[in-house]
Amino acid sequence: MHQLVRKSTAGTMESSDVFVELEPAGQIEIEIESVVYAQFGDAIENTVRDVLQKQGVTGARVRLHDRGALECVLRARVETAVRRGREER
Amino acid sequence: MRRSMLFLPGNTPNILINGDALGADALIFDLEDAVSPDEKDSARILVRSAVSALGYAGCEIIVRINAVDTPYWREDLREIVPLKPSLIMPPKTSCAQDVLTVDAAIAGLEDELGMQRGTVRLIPLIETALGVENAYQIASACPRVAAIFLGGEDLTADLRCKRTREGAEIAYARSRMVCAARAAGVDVYDTPFTDVNDDEGLVLDAKTAKSLGFTGKAAISPRHVPGINEVFSPSLAEINYAYEVLEAIRLAKEQGRGAVALRGKMIDAPIVARARQTIEAAEQLGLGGDRA
Repeated sequence: MHQLVRKSTAGTMESSDVFVELEPAGQIEIEIESVVYAQFGDAIENTVRDVLQKQGVTGARVRLHDRGALECVLRARVETAVRRGREER
Repeated sequence: MRRSMLFLPGNTPNILINGDALGADALIFDLEDAVSPDEKDSARILVRSAVSALGYAGCEIIVRINAVDTPYWREDLREIVPLKPSLIMPPKTSCAQDVLTVDAAIAGLEDELGMQRGTVRLIPLIETALGVENAYQIASACPRVAAIFLGGEDLTADLRCKRTREGAEIAYARSRMVCAARAAGVDVYDTPFTDVNDDEGLVLDAKTAKSLGFTGKAAISPRHVPGINEVFSPSLAEINYAYEVLEAIRLAKEQGRGAVALRGKMIDAPIVARARQTIEAAEQLGLGGDRA
């Protein structure tokens, strides 16, 4: 089962981390709040889309609160949120 | 050469991402005590992602999984074994069966992933009174065991005594662990020194561990890494003496002499073996000595 069934979160608001909020939606919608949005906003969005695609998620509303996370951290937090969003309570 | 092993909390990005800049020979990515139960999933995914992306060149990768009596350890292995870490550290290992349980699970994953069996080795963490008493059985449980590691904090709780700066309360456990490891032919690592601000205490503690025969020592703070590395590196005097020993042996053989003396002391097989170990360690660390 690939699609989300509930709201989920992952990560923290600590430095070098990112807090990810995820909920089921009809398509992919991404909202990014980041101190480095001007420089890396596109790269962050592409990374999120790539993780969702690899996880087989086609519909999700994603809100990111980025605290300067490296790409590997962003990938991990989005994947964690996806896995949590698939779990039935 | 693994002198220092530094613990990094598995769910803390700002510490994890700088792991390779902290000077430790090995990094222990901790999925156990440093991670709360509701973040176990998050930590194992973060560690997998960070190790895959960052590589941590120059550091050995060790992952401390959760204990076999928890619901987490199998999922830890499923996430971590594909990374081919040098070592996996199962905590609270109290008997050989604990090791064999983890060994079998890793073997199953190695088969599933097409990895050669035995690729991922083990460093069981011994931190209970029963574990100390079973140290040899644990160290020799299977060929996958590369080393054993003493955990002083949990052990002293189990022994119902206080952990002290001097460490008399773990003296027996330390000696028993070293003897068990050497009898089994594996390495042995000492417990971290937990007072982060006591640099002098750390060096004394590390010297004690080295004098007992430990291979190296773990640290919970990067601040302790340089002190541990220094204590567990051969000194210039030790390196030079090792070269003198080997040279004396070479000359004796050349001259057909059986007994060899150096600085008025007989050189026997254990001294030669120790000299070779010193030179091997020095070479690995790029420490030449005067004769290299």
